[in-house]
Amino acid sequence: MAGIAVSTTINGDNIEYLCQPDETLLDVLRDRLGLTGAKEGCGTGDCGACSIILDNRLVCSCLVLGAEAEGRRIETVEGMAHGDQLHTLQQKFLEHAALQCGICTPGFLIAAKDLLAKNPDPTEEEIRFGLAGNLCRCTGYDKIVRAVQDAAHVMKGA
Amino acid sequence: MNFDPRFSGRKFASVGTRPIRPDGVDKVTGRARYGADFNMAGQLVGRVLRSPHAHAKILKIDTSKAEKLAGVKAVITAKDLPDLTGGDAAMYDILDNCMARTKALYDGHAVAAVAAIDARTARQALKLIEVEYEILPHVTDVDEAMQHHAPLINDTIFTEGLEEKPVKPSNVTKRSQFGHGDVHQGFGHADFIVERSFKTEQTHQGYIEPHACVASVSSDGTAELWVCTQGHFVYRQHCAQLLGMEASKLRVTSSEIGGGFGGKTHVWAEPVALALSRKAGRPVKLVMTRDEVFRASGPTSATSIDVKIGARKDGTITAAEATLRYSAGPYAGSWAEIGAMTAFACYKLDNVKTVGYEVLVNRPKTAAYRAPSAPMAAFAVESAVDELAKELGMDPVDFRIKNAAQEGTRSSYGPVYGPIGIGPTLEAVKNHPHMKAPLKKNQGRGMACGFWFNFGGQTCVDLNIGMDGSVSLAVGTVDVGGSRASLSLVAAEELGIDYAQLKAVVADTSSLGYNDMTDGSRGTFSSSMATISAARNAIKILRERAAQMWDISVDDVVWEQGHAVAKGDKHGNLGKLSLKEIAAESGKTGGPIAGHSELVADGAGVSFATHICDIEVDPETGSTRVIRYTVVQDAGKAVHPTYVEGQYQGGAAQGIGWALNEEYIYGKDGRLQNAGFLDYRIPVCSDLPMIDTQILEIPNPNHPYGVRGVGETSIVPPLAAIANAVSNAAGVRMTHIPMSPPRILAAIEAERGG
Repeated sequence: MAGIAVSTTINGDNIEYLCQPDETLLDVLRDRLGLTGAKEGCGTGDCGACSIILDNRLVCSCLVLGAEAEGRRIETVEGMAHGDQLHTLQQKFLEHAALQCGICTPGFLIAAKDLLAKNPDPTEEEIRFGLAGNLCRCTGYDKIVRAVQDAAHVMKGA
Repeated sequence: MNFDPRFSGRKFASVGTRPIRPDGVDKVTGRARYGADFNMAGQLVGRVLRSPHAHAKILKIDTSKAEKLAGVKAVITAKDLPDLTGGDAAMYDILDNCMARTKALYDGHAVAAVAAIDARTARQALKLIEVEYEILPHVTDVDEAMQHHAPLINDTIFTEGLEEKPVKPSNVTKRSQFGHGDVHQGFGHADFIVERSFKTEQTHQGYIEPHACVASVSSDGTAELWVCTQGHFVYRQHCAQLLGMEASKLRVTSSEIGGGFGGKTHVWAEPVALALSRKAGRPVKLVMTRDEVFRASGPTSATSIDVKIGARKDGTITAAEATLRYSAGPYAGSWAEIGAMTAFACYKLDNVKTVGYEVLVNRPKTAAYRAPSAPMAAFAVESAVDELAKELGMDPVDFRIKNAAQEGTRSSYGPVYGPIGIGPTLEAVKNHPHMKAPLKKNQGRGMACGFWFNFGGQTCVDLNIGMDGSVSLAVGTVDVGGSRASLSLVAAEELGIDYAQLKAVVADTSSLGYNDMTDGSRGTFSSSMATISAARNAIKILRERAAQMWDISVDDVVWEQGHAVAKGDKHGNLGKLSLKEIAAESGKTGGPIAGHSELVADGAGVSFATHICDIEVDPETGSTRVIRYTVVQDAGKAVHPTYVEGQYQGGAAQGIGWALNEEYIYGKDGRLQNAGFLDYRIPVCSDLPMIDTQILEIPNPNHPYGVRGVGETSIVPPLAAIANAVSNAAGVRMTHIPMSPPRILAAIEAERGG
């Protein structure tokens, strides 16, 4: 079957690819483009491990078709650090040990980045509801919330 | 020099600090490679066809149409995984679970598999496989499966552990009994007796990463397997045995693991992927969908438990008895036995008896889930203990303190305890500000205790010192939550060097000796013991090399804070030699410097925890909210306290999900109705409060630093602590887990009505 030609922007780079009409954006990112930071935990939009930002909107990339990315702007976890300079959220996740197994971490980082972009000074409750679309089975969320609080504090001061 | 594992009090420089984990940056940048993040050239996509029936004879499987589909490179059934288990019943069960042989035993049981050039072709191929089933009556409930008229799942099972060998087969695989004293006499001395029955539903470990592997079998008989697992050496053994390979020809590399909690201690898809690769002659990647994870992997047991406890007016327990029934899925395990062992382990009892019955049901094969079997037993016992305290008019903490096991207590499952933490965790809870905090309307407070054995096991570590003085530590226990950081701390401590000078990796099965799995809370306990031993062996060589460099006797060289130091008046003019300086000369003084260790880490110290929680219950809807939660647990010695806290918090959160919401729901047709995260809802961020932790350190006498395992105990008390809180808030004893809103509402209404 002939593929659909897609031209899109991923982490600031112009990217072109061919994909099948039934292929998810998550599959394109992972299997065609080698961007395996986004994970498939469920494939049904319930776990948030595949979170990306699509034109300033937080989405589950497993619920977006690869063909829908035409002309859009995509941000993934691979684009968060600048060179070897980690994003404040990445640094705070490390300092607070906000990850154990780490499989949910890329999704949480992207969701937290989106949250802080829209609400730079969230309350604990706003953080908890803002991240409620992302499942973590290891941490009980305590250290994740603290890492995001700390990052928000630092980013506000910056 | 033999390794002495005994505890020796020492002042720590590295252990107890909280550095950033060595695998951290890769995990926050998306670079870390998990099970599904690895690919091989020419790789095919594997997929599994699963039974839609709970119990059915497989009459015929026709794969011819699937084989003819363009792009399909291999189709396999049980015929391609012949029985090579040689009468090993446990291995045969694993084989049968990987690919059903004559009967499908649960909804989701694998019956065939394909490897194709892409996912779409593989999916199409599955639809072309024709399976003819003869549907059999099924049973999914643990109590129903014990009835004499219940459908028989395996007619070769005759209950073990009965006084007389049964003449008829049964779904009850085994009866196990533990205890001592005379409970009949004990109850005779009781002024108050509480007797209750409890049920818990089946839950899944709920790791976010589905099972995933890439298998590559070569025509020369060697093979490679990349897989997310808690134990790659065990996977190698099982896969090699099931496929008729020599273990050394199969190299298994453990990927980063996206959660396991016991669920990744069992092979499912890996032998299938290897068989597909063998048949197709190409690498095969096999990744489960979430639906498959729920239907075919995990879960824990569903249980039905009766508890009876009696006490004198002064609060002394005179007798305790429990009957525990645990579902095992369609294959025998030892789940009820473990539950029967742990049930009363927190208490000092003169008369105690527990009986476990393990029961086959048409559900997925029960897998270990964090302190497997203990949370359900603790739920039943700790609920009854609370009820008894209430009848006695005693504070529930004081009642437990009065009866808590101590050093020297003969445990309810046999062994005599050494120094243990149950008393100290209870005292800490008694004095915790949480216990004194005011409660609002419709809120209730509960507390409960929990026990877990902990495990040691076979362990192997290599510690290699590079010529630049940096140290690589190769361990064989999979890092499930930060153990590379804790083991680096231990190596740094022992060698007297900086944490940053070390890099710890998890070695593959061809690069290191055998290691048991990361289970039983053994990762940091056992591998730190082996790391200490390996470091001490390396230090011996470092001293020898320094002696050689100085041309003095090795007996005059000691190792202090990362340096060789010459002792004695005659060597007063010799300066210290750092590890780095000795390593730089190693090429001239005898070659590479390394320390190795192979040992069985005996003496895993038992672990206790006490939890407190406050729950608010909406009496109109039965919905609940966790207001506050506190975990107090003995760690022996917290090597990396942040990750110890993480284990405490994570176990509590899983317990909260189990207590309040999570359950496998089966229809009358025996099919799982909620095989996805939307309907099997694990706690999300907005469901939980911060989870406070208090780490106690009662040294384990059998570890040089006093370390105990910390991973599992934290899931043992929550079911009971939350049940006690909900019962106090709702004014009615909750006896069925999960305490979902309909169950709570029904209990409240029954109480009002009654």
